[in-house]
Amino acid sequence: MLKINNLQAKIGEKEILKGINLEVKAGEVHAIMGPNGSGKSTLASVLAGREDYEVTGGSVDFFGKDLLDLAPEERAAEGIFLAFQYPVEIPGVSTTNFLKTAVNEIRKYRGEEPLDAVQFLKMFKQKMSYVNIDQSLLNRALNEGFSGGEKKRNEIFQMAVLEPKLAILDETDSGLDIDALRIVAEGVNKLKSPDNATIVVTHYQRLLDYIVPDYVHVLYKGRIVKSGTKELALELEERGYDWIKAEVDAAEVSA
Amino acid sequence: MNSNTDLKAQLIADFKDAEGKMNGEAKSPIHLVRQQALQTFDQLGFPTIKHEEWKYSNVKNLVSQSFAFNAPSDFSAADVEQMAIPNLDGNILYFINGVYNESLSTIVSPTDEVVILPLAEAIKSHADVIEKYFNQYADSADNAFTAVNTAFAKNGVFIYVPEKKVVEQPIILRFIADARETNVAAQPRNLIIAGKRAEVKVAEAFRSFGENVSFTNAVTEVYVAEEANVHYYKVQNETDQSYNIGTTAVYQEGRSVFTANTVTANGGFVRNNLNIKIDGEYAEANMFGLYIPNGKQHVDNHTAVDHAKPNSNSNELYKGILKDKSTGVFNGKIYVRQDAQKTNAFQSCKNVLISNDATMNTKPQLEIWADDVKCSHGTTTGQLNDDALFYMQARGISKDSARALLMLAFAQEVIDKMEIPAIKEYLEGLIVEKIYQA
Ligand SMILES: Nc1ncnc2c1ncn2[C@@H]1O[C@H](COP(=O)(O)OP(=O)(O)OP(=O)(O)O)[C@@H](O)[C@H]1O
Ligand SMILES: [Mg+2]
Repeated sequence: MLKINNLQAKIGEKEILKGINLEVKAGEVHAIMGPNGSGKSTLASVLAGREDYEVTGGSVDFFGKDLLDLAPEERAAEGIFLAFQYPVEIPGVSTTNFLKTAVNEIRKYRGEEPLDAVQFLKMFKQKMSYVNIDQSLLNRALNEGFSGGEKKRNEIFQMAVLEPKLAILDETDSGLDIDALRIVAEGVNKLKSPDNATIVVTHYQRLLDYIVPDYVHVLYKGRIVKSGTKELALELEERGYDWIKAEVDAAEVSA
Repeated sequence: MNSNTDLKAQLIADFKDAEGKMNGEAKSPIHLVRQQALQTFDQLGFPTIKHEEWKYSNVKNLVSQSFAFNAPSDFSAADVEQMAIPNLDGNILYFINGVYNESLSTIVSPTDEVVILPLAEAIKSHADVIEKYFNQYADSADNAFTAVNTAFAKNGVFIYVPEKKVVEQPIILRFIADARETNVAAQPRNLIIAGKRAEVKVAEAFRSFGENVSFTNAVTEVYVAEEANVHYYKVQNETDQSYNIGTTAVYQEGRSVFTANTVTANGGFVRNNLNIKIDGEYAEANMFGLYIPNGKQHVDNHTAVDHAKPNSNSNELYKGILKDKSTGVFNGKIYVRQDAQKTNAFQSCKNVLISNDATMNTKPQLEIWADDVKCSHGTTTGQLNDDALFYMQARGISKDSARALLMLAFAQEVIDKMEIPAIKEYLEGLIVEKIYQA
C-alpha cells in the first residue's frame, strides 16, 4: 500500500531525511526505531503532509496515488493516520465535536452521507471501549489539560473512530503507565486487519511485546541504516545503538 | 465637500433652526445643557488623527458628508418582523433612524418594576430625575461626538428601575438605520438608572439597511446604585457603509456590579467608548468585547475604568479576529486613584490576524497612584496556531473548516459571557456566518 522511494526532506536549510526507502504492505506491522533526532517524527510528519518540511526529492506512493501531491486532509481521507508524539492542545474545541467534523468531512470526501447524532453516539460508545477512554474526557476541550497518558489514549481513540488504512504511531508508548500501555496496545491490535497496516515509532521493546512487528528498521541520520525482523529490536534493547552508529560512521568515513 | 466642516456646519445650523421652533423648552434646564454642549462642540470640532484618542480612527470621510437626521422611513411591521431577533422575549423598542416607533415596539414589564419611556417624554414627566442624572457621566469636554449628541439629546430611551426591583424581562433597544433612500444619521441618547439592589439587563442592538451611508452617534449613561446589578449589551450588525460611533458612560456605587458585552459582528467604521467610574467599595466592573472585521472594516474600542475607591475589581477581556484588510484598535485605560487601595484590575486583549493585510493597534494604559493594588494587563496579536491547524487537517478536516473551528473556539470565550440566551444565539449565528465567509 505504501512505497517510499529515496525520500528526502529539509526544514529551512537543514536536511533531515536523506533518502528513505520503505515498502509497507497490507496486514504488516513495521517498527521504526533509532536514536533521538534521527528523523523518525520528521518522516511521520512528511507522510502526514506537514507543510513546514520541504520535500526535496523522492516519491511516496499510497495505493497508486502520489501522496506528496495531496493536502494533509486529503491524505487523512485516503486513509493515513498519524498518532502524534506530542498531541496538540486545542482550547475551545471539544474532542467529540472535533471528531464529528473530521468524520463527516472524510465521509464527504469519499462521497458518503454524513452521520447523524445518534449514529455518532453509537459509534463513539463502541470505540471508547477499545481504549477504555472516559466520556468526560471527550466532552473536554481537545487535549487541553489532558495528562500525557490521556493524550496518547485519545490519539488511539481517534484512530479507532477514523479506521485508517495506514496508522503511523509516533511514540504512542511514551508517557503511558504499564496498564495504559497494555490497554492502548490491545486497542491497536483490535484495529488490525489484513487490509490495514501500522508503522510503530518507538524506543522500547516493551511496546513491541504487545504489538509484534513483522519488520524492524533503524533510522539514523535521516536514513534507514538497518532492517530486520523482531529479533533486531531485541538486539537493540540489549546493545543500544552504538554498534550501528559505528558501522554507519565507519562507512561514511571510508566513502 | 472635502472640508472637515461640512457636517459640523450642518449640525450647528440644524441646532439653531430647531431652537427657533421651540416654545417653552428653549428656556428649560435641559436645553441650557444642550446649548453648552453645542458650544463645546463648536469649539472642539470633529477630531482629526492629530488627536491622540483618534490617532488610528480617521473620521475625515464621515464629517465631509451630509446626512438626513431623523429621516422618515417606510419600514412596516412586516419589515420589522424580518429583522427580529429570533426567540427573543422582553421589552423590545424600535428606533428607526433615531426616532422611537411606538407601534412597532412592545413593552411587557409592569411599570412598578421599571419605567421605560422615550427620553423626550421622560424629560417632561420625570424632570427631577433627569436633572439629577442626565449628562452627569458622559463627558463632552474632550469628545466632540458626545458634545454634539448632548446638544441634540431628545431621542433615545429613559430606563428607571426603582430600588430593589428585579426586572425579569430584558430591555432590547433596536436602533435601525434605513439608508435605502439617502444618507441618514441618528443620535440616540439613553439614560439607564438602576436603583439600590435593582437588577436589569439592557441591550442596544444596531442594524442598518441600504446602500447609502448611515451614521449613528449614540450616547448611553448608566447609573448603578449600591448593590445594583446591570447587564449591558452593545451588539452591532450594520452594513459596510455604516459609521457607528458612541459612548457608554457608567457610574458605579459600592457593591454594585456592571457587566458590558460589546460585540461588533459587522460595520464599516465602529468606535465604541466605554467609560466606567467605580466610586464605591466592593464593586465589580466587567468588560467583555468581541469584534470580527473583514474587508476594509474598522473597529475601535476605547475603554476606561476609573477606580476611585478601595476594594473594587475590574475585569476586562476583549478579543478580535481580523480578516482581509480590516483594522482594529484597542485602547484600555485603567486608573487607580490614591484612595483606591486593594483594587484588583485585570485587562486582556487578544487578537488573531487572519490575513497579512489586517492590522491591530493595541494600547493598554495603566495609571496607578495607589500602592497596594493588583493590576495586570496583556495584549497579544498573533496568527492561528499552525500546530493546531495541522493537527486538525491530519484528522481530515479541511484547512478552511479547521480555521473556522479555531476562530469560533477563540470567540466562544466571549460569546459565553452573554446572559440573554436569544441574544447569545443570535450573535453566535452572526459570528459563525462571518467566520465562514471567505
Ligand atoms: N522545525 C524544525 N526546525 C529545525 N529543526 C528541526 C525541526 N523539526 C525537526 N528538526 C530537527 O530534525 C532532526 C530530526 O527530528 P525528529 O523530530 O524527526 O527526530 P526523532 O527521530 O523523532 O527524535 P525523537 O526520538 O527524539 O523523537 C532533529 O535534529 C531536529 O532538531
Ligand atoms: Mg520523534
